[in-house]
Amino acid sequence: MLMRQERAMEVAPEAKTFTGNRALEIEEGLIFETGRPENTGVDLDEPLPFKHRLGSLERQEPTGLPGLSEPETMRHYVRLSRQNYAIDAGIYPLGSCTMKHNPRLNEAMARLPGFTDIHPLQPQSTVQGALELIAELARWLMVMTGMDAVAMSPRAGAHGEACGMMAIKAAIAAKGEGETRKTVLVPESAHGTNPASAAGAGFEVRPLPARADGTLDPAEVKSRLGPDVAAIMLTNPNTCGLFEKDAVEIAALGHEAGAYFYCDGANFNAIMGKTRPGDLGVDAMHINLHKTFSTPHGGGGPGAGPVVLSSRLAPFAPVPFLRREESGFRLVEHLGEAPGTFGRIAAFHGQMGMFVRAFAYMLSHGADGLRQAAEDAVLNANYIRASLKDLLSGPFGDRPCMHEVLFDETWLKPTGLTTLDFAKAMIDEGFHPMTIYFPLVAHGAMLIEPTESESKASLDLFIAALRDLALAARRGDTGRFAGAPHYAPRRRLDEARAARIPILKWAKPVG
Amino acid sequence: MTTRYTKSHEYVRVEGGTGIVGITDYAQAQLGDVVFVELPPIGQSLSKGAEAATVESVKAASEVNAPVSGTVVDVNSALTDSPGLVNEDPSGKGWFLKIKLSDAAELDRLMDEDAYREFLKAVS
Amino acid sequence: MRYLPLNDEDRTDMLARIGVSGIDALFADIPKAKRLEYDLDLPPRKTEMEVERLLSGLAAKNVAAGSVPFFVGAGAYKHHVPASVDHLIQRSEFLTSYTPYQPEIAQGTLQTIFEFQTQVAALTSMDVANASMYDGSTATVEAIAMARRITKRRKAVLSGGLHPHYAEAVRTYSAMSGDAVAVLPPDVFAVETLGGVVDDETSCVVVQSPDLFGNLRDLSGAAATCHAKGALLIAVFTEVVSLGLVKPPGAMGADIVAGEGQSIGNRLNFGGPYVGLFAAKAKYLRQMPGRLCGETVDASGRRGFVLTLSTREQHIRRDKATSNICTNSGLASVAFTIHLTLLGDAGLRRLARINHANAVALADRLAAVKGVEVLNETFFNEFTIKIAGSAAQVVERMAEKGVLGGVPVARLLPDRGLDDLILAASTEVNTDADRAAFAEALQGALSC
Repeated sequence: MLMRQERAMEVAPEAKTFTGNRALEIEEGLIFETGRPENTGVDLDEPLPFKHRLGSLERQEPTGLPGLSEPETMRHYVRLSRQNYAIDAGIYPLGSCTMKHNPRLNEAMARLPGFTDIHPLQPQSTVQGALELIAELARWLMVMTGMDAVAMSPRAGAHGEACGMMAIKAAIAAKGEGETRKTVLVPESAHGTNPASAAGAGFEVRPLPARADGTLDPAEVKSRLGPDVAAIMLTNPNTCGLFEKDAVEIAALGHEAGAYFYCDGANFNAIMGKTRPGDLGVDAMHINLHKTFSTPHGGGGPGAGPVVLSSRLAPFAPVPFLRREESGFRLVEHLGEAPGTFGRIAAFHGQMGMFVRAFAYMLSHGADGLRQAAEDAVLNANYIRASLKDLLSGPFGDRPCMHEVLFDETWLKPTGLTTLDFAKAMIDEGFHPMTIYFPLVAHGAMLIEPTESESKASLDLFIAALRDLALAARRGDTGRFAGAPHYAPRRRLDEARAARIPILKWAKPVG
Repeated sequence: MTTRYTKSHEYVRVEGGTGIVGITDYAQAQLGDVVFVELPPIGQSLSKGAEAATVESVKAASEVNAPVSGTVVDVNSALTDSPGLVNEDPSGKGWFLKIKLSDAAELDRLMDEDAYREFLKAVS
Repeated sequence: MRYLPLNDEDRTDMLARIGVSGIDALFADIPKAKRLEYDLDLPPRKTEMEVERLLSGLAAKNVAAGSVPFFVGAGAYKHHVPASVDHLIQRSEFLTSYTPYQPEIAQGTLQTIFEFQTQVAALTSMDVANASMYDGSTATVEAIAMARRITKRRKAVLSGGLHPHYAEAVRTYSAMSGDAVAVLPPDVFAVETLGGVVDDETSCVVVQSPDLFGNLRDLSGAAATCHAKGALLIAVFTEVVSLGLVKPPGAMGADIVAGEGQSIGNRLNFGGPYVGLFAAKAKYLRQMPGRLCGETVDASGRRGFVLTLSTREQHIRRDKATSNICTNSGLASVAFTIHLTLLGDAGLRRLARINHANAVALADRLAAVKGVEVLNETFFNEFTIKIAGSAAQVVERMAEKGVLGGVPVARLLPDRGLDDLILAASTEVNTDADRAAFAEALQGALSC
C-alpha cells in the first residue's frame, strides 16, 4: 500500500514515473488528503475531570481539521519547501524588494528568550532591555535619516505609509486647514500602496507625470501645488531606480505651498550613509526593515515599517512611543498622555521580532558597513546595466541608475515575445525573474535589483544567461520562451481559471 | 442602426431609442482574460461618462463608463457565469447592458466607425 | 565585511566595465551639498561575537515568561510551540523566499497558504479566509472598512468588551476616513444590550468573544439585531485556541471574523510579529482585503496554487483598492499552519480543554484568597478578578516577588474606575506550583 491519499497523485505527462515524482522533486498532497482529525503530532495529557465554565457555548461542531504525526509533518513541509525558490538558493533580483541576504545571526538573536518570551503587557520594569533595544534602534534610524523622531509601531511598509499620511493629516488639522487641504500628489510611477494609503487616510489622489528622463520636474510639481494640496508623496530613489535630483527644490516648493513631503523609503538601500532624507526636506518616511535591513521576507511577511518624522510632524506621532525617564525607559501608551498624537494604529508596540533582527544587522555593519552596502548595491546594479545595455532597451536612455536598473520591452517587440515570456524563461535558467510590469510608466517593465549580497561571479553568470536569452529572442529562437518554464515544479498556471472559479479552501470531493 | 465609440473604448449600438453597450475588441485584448463583470441594477439612471459597470481580468480592473445618458433597461446576466464572452464576442454575445437614451444628440459627439479606427491607429 | 562578497579587485573591475573612475560618480545625482562626506555618527562594524555579547546583555535585562510563574494575557498568550515548528520556518525556502508572484517556483508557499486558509475557515466556521493580516487589531479595522463597502453605511458600533487597543485603532482609522464610531462603555459583566444602538445607519457591530474580561458571549442575538437593520456582525477574538472548545463565530451568524492567531505557532515576541486571521461569508468574497490563494491547474493539467482575485489589491486597484496591505504575516502564518497540523482537531480540542481546566483551577485558587473575587460566570482561559486594593500596585508587587500575575485592567482602560480589576490568564504552560505561587504572591501583595 503506497499512499494514504484518497486519490492517486496526478502524474505529469512528462514524468514517466509511477508516483509522478522526479527524483528529489516530490509531488505532495494537501494535509487534508494525508491527515486525519483523530491523529496528532503533539503529546498532551487529558486534564483531570473538572466542571466547565463555558455556559451554553461549548463547541459542538468538530473542526474536522487533520492532524499528522511529527515525522509526517516534517516530511510534508520539507517537501513543500523544496518547491520554493529562495535568496539562500540564488539571486533574487526583484526590483523594489531589496532581496538581500538574511543573516542567521539575526535569527539567533531574535530567538533569545529575553526577546521572544516577553509579553507586551508585563510590567515595564521587567522589560527594560527590550525598551532599550527599541530606543537604540530608533536612534540609529534617526541618525541615518537625519530626522527628529520615529514612530516604531507600523507593522509593514504600507502600514507605515498610512501612519505617515495620518500624521500629516493631523498636522494639517491642527493648522485649521483640514477642510481645504484634501489632495495628495502621487507620481504615476509610485508603488500601488502609496495611493492606497493616501486614500485610506481620507485623501484624494492626483497623479504627477514624470519628465522624459524619468524624474519629476519641479515646474510640473509647482503647477499642481495649491491651497488644496496636503502633501506630495515621492519615492527617492524613485521606482525607476533613479535619484530624484530635484528633490530638494520640490520639497521646498511643497513647503512653501503649505504642503508636507512624504517619502516612500522602500529604496533606502541605495542611499544609506550617502545622504540623509532629513537633509532633503522630508517630513515623514517609512523604512522597510524587511528590505533595507535584511529581516527575512518569509514568503510574504512579517515586515516592519517604522516611520521617521521631522520636527514638524513629531508632535503628532502615534502611541505608543518611548520616553527616557530617570527610572528607565517608559512606553507612553495612553492617548491622554500624548496631547498631539493622532492615535493608535495597531495593538501593542510593534514588530519586536523584526526590531531585534534589524538591530543585529545594523550593529554588524556599523556606519562604515552600511555605507559600503549602499555603494555595493549601486555598483552591482550599474554593472548589470553596463553589461546588458547593448541588448536590452530602457525608457530613459543610457544613464547611470542607483540600486536597480529598469529595462522595458521595446527591444522584444520585433520578436513577438513579451516581458512575461522572457521572465518565465529565466526560471528555467535557475533564476527568480526580476520585477515585471512595474513601474507602470515603462512598457513591459523589467526592474532588476541585485543588492549588495551578490558576488561578482554570481552577477557574471546572471548577466551571461540573460545575454544568451536576449540573443536567442532576437534570433527568433522562441523554443525557450514559448510555454516556459519547462523545468520548474509547475508549468504556467491558469490564473484566469483561478479567478473565474475561485477555490480558496479544500473541500471534501463529492462521491 | 447606429454604432458609436468612446475614447475609453466603449461602444453603443443604437436602434430605436435603446442602445446596447459593451467594450470594443481593442479593450478586451488589452484586458486579457476577463474573469468577472459587475453590472448595474436595472432601472439605474446614468449620465454620460458615469461609471456603469466594472470589468476585471487577472491583471487589471477597469470601469466601463456610460457612453450616453439614460436608464438601464437590461443587463447581460450571461456574463456572470461566462465572463469570457467579453473576450470571445465583445460586440455580440459579450454585451454589457442596454440603455434607454435620454438625449440622442449625445451620439453626435462620439466617434463613428471610421473615426474610431483612426483613433486606434494613433493609440497603438 | 562578512555579508559583502565584493572585494576591492572586483570593485575596480566593475567600475571599469561601467566606465566611471570611482563609486561616487554613481551618486552624482545627489546634490553635492547634501552628500555625506564622512560616515554617519554611529559605531563601526562589529563581529558576530560582539553583536551576540551586546544583544545577550539586553535580553538578560528582561524577565522571560518561561522563567517565572506567568499569567499575563489580555490579547497575547503564552503557549507551548513544538520544536519542529521553529525548525521548519527556518528552512531557507520558507524563511528567505518572497511573496509568491511567480507561482511556478513558489508552490511551497502557495500550498501552505491554501492549507492556512482552509484551517482558518474551519476553525471559525466561515466560508472563506484570506492569507493573513498583520494582527487581530488591524484585521478588525479592515473588517469595518469592508462592512462600509458592503453596506455603504459609515457608522460602526463597538462592544464594550472589545480590546481597548483594537477599539483605539478603529477610532484612529475612522477619524481619518471620516467615519463614525460608537464605542460602548466597558462591559465587565457582558450585560450590554445592542437593541437601542443599532439603526438604519449602522454598518456593523463589532463584538469580541471571549471578550476583554474573559466572558464568553453568544453572538446569535447580536447577529439577529444587526441583520434586522441591514447591518453586519463582525466577530473578533484574541485567543484562537478558544475555538477548540467554544462555539465558533460562523455558527452564531457572524458575517466577518477578525482575530489574532498568535497563540498557535507564534511566541509572545513583546507584541509582534503576530498573525491576523480574517474570514467572511462567501457572498462578500470580492470585498475582502488581503491576499487570497486559489486552486487551479498548470499547463500539464496538474493541480497548483496561485494568488488570485488580485484586482482587489493595491498593486492593481491603487487608490480604489480594498486595502493598502502588501506584506502581511507570511512566515507567522506558516508557523500557525504547521503547529495546527501537528495538533489536528483532536489535539486542538485537548489543548483547549487543558487551557480551560487550568483556568478553572486558577480561578478556584484565587477566589479562595481573602479580598479576591472572580467576576466571570463564563470564561475560556482568562477571567477578571476584583481585589481589595490598587491592581497596578498589586501586580507590580507580585512582579518584584518574581510572579507575573496578570494585567491590571487600568493599563488598558485608565481613568475608568476599573483600578481594582486584574485580567488573569492561564494556559497549558502553567503548573500547580505556578498557580500556588500566584495565589501566595497575590495574598502577600494584598496584605502590604
